[in-house]
Amino acid sequence: MDSTQTHGINLSINSSDYHLQILPWVTLLDVLRERIGLTGTKKGCDHGQCGACTVLVDGKRILSCLTLAVMKDGAAITTIEGIANGEKLHPIQQAFIDHDAFQCGYCTPGQICSAVGMLQEAKARNREEIKELMSGNLCRCGASRGIVNAVMQVMEGGSNE
Amino acid sequence: MNNFSYIKVSDAKQAIAELNGDIRNKAVAGGTNINDLLKYFVTKADKLVDINPIQEFNSIIRLDDGGVRLGALHTNADTAYDPIIEERYPLLSKAILAGASAQIRNMATNGGNLMQRTRCYYFYDISTPCNKRDPGSGCSAISGYNRIHAILGQSENCIAVFPSDMCVALAALNAQVNISGPNGERKLPFANFHRLPSETPHLDNNLIHGEVITSIDLPAEGFAENYSYLKLRDRSSYSFALVSVASAFELEQGTIKNARIALGGVAHKPWRVLEAEDFLKQKEPTRENFSQAAKIILNGAFGYEHNNFKIELAHRAIIRNCLMALYPESQRPGAKPSR
Repeated sequence: MDSTQTHGINLSINSSDYHLQILPWVTLLDVLRERIGLTGTKKGCDHGQCGACTVLVDGKRILSCLTLAVMKDGAAITTIEGIANGEKLHPIQQAFIDHDAFQCGYCTPGQICSAVGMLQEAKARNREEIKELMSGNLCRCGASRGIVNAVMQVMEGGSNE
Repeated sequence: MNNFSYIKVSDAKQAIAELNGDIRNKAVAGGTNINDLLKYFVTKADKLVDINPIQEFNSIIRLDDGGVRLGALHTNADTAYDPIIEERYPLLSKAILAGASAQIRNMATNGGNLMQRTRCYYFYDISTPCNKRDPGSGCSAISGYNRIHAILGQSENCIAVFPSDMCVALAALNAQVNISGPNGERKLPFANFHRLPSETPHLDNNLIHGEVITSIDLPAEGFAENYSYLKLRDRSSYSFALVSVASAFELEQGTIKNARIALGGVAHKPWRVLEAEDFLKQKEPTRENFSQAAKIILNGAFGYEHNNFKIELAHRAIIRNCLMALYPESQRPGAKPSR
């Protein structure tokens, strides 16, 4: 079996179409950062424990570090670079600024993608549930309180667009 | 990761044929565990067989006997939030939501949950001996740091625990695993799916190479009236259980008609002791009776340097969770069931 065979895949990334030749063991995270040049998505632990690599695949938040790109042929990916509407920030992005929801910023792209995905899932109803459903995104600076406040602001504002 | 080839398959027959081709051909679905194991070189693959396109494995359907069939490729999140599961099998829904993170539950599948490997640190660290990873090399955990390890059913070869929450509920609910393989289809009661380490800790379960899980059946009785799942861990979310308990009861005029108690985080498989459940039948649901049942469940438990605490923790967790299942008003802050 020839292990070095590449596979042709199509990805829609932030509404732009890409055709890529991919080796089977390449993660979606490495494709986004190294092939497409979208370095907003961060490699934290690279083992599914920190959430820094969170992106939306077909609208659902997932971990790009544990995803093989070859398995996502045909998928629509949204990264942090695709969250804003042109120059207009997504309400979650604005809320992160309003609530000082980051310090070093390394976990922030994953936090924001995760929060956008969580709002679309519509399962969190209060602070406690936000904390539980955002627990896959670690913030080692200690901005978690600001992050929960930011999500609360958008939830209470009734908009997740 | 080592270099491997990749193929997508669209039906069970093709999946079985591809897997059967070589012992190092591995099935991948959600990928949340196997891709991580590949990164650490704990697992090596010649070929990954991507079973995601198999449509017939991705559904939740009602069965004629009143039960429900969970497709092997249905995700953990879609299963936990399915209206049928929330209404009729809330114990399963809560157990799933107590595990992993929202992102991982969006990726991970039901079949994959059964197939996940232990999170024993020595199993993951390829520089250390481990009988599960490298049969015959020894167990580093027995004389090492063993805080997360087994207190029941372990052997001198392996003290790893099976990490799933979902499977604790499936064990309590008497689920059935439906399997397809080179020799046709077969079914396994959930209690017979996972194995104890014994002399063969490298085998986590009784699935034979070349076989795939197609679905998991839930019996009609879902214990939706009196149930609770309690997970105790080192942080309040996104952490594996030190001890978890699934409790479910049917009552008749205030006495226990039917009891189910399953433990997670304490053994190489979800732990149930039918003798304890029989003991509770026709008894009053009191703290004393649950304590007695806990003693029966934990009979023969023993720990090591760092995990002896689990024995008393499990005893108390059983009592607390059984009381919470029957008296929701007893759910005080800090003692709430896990979601």
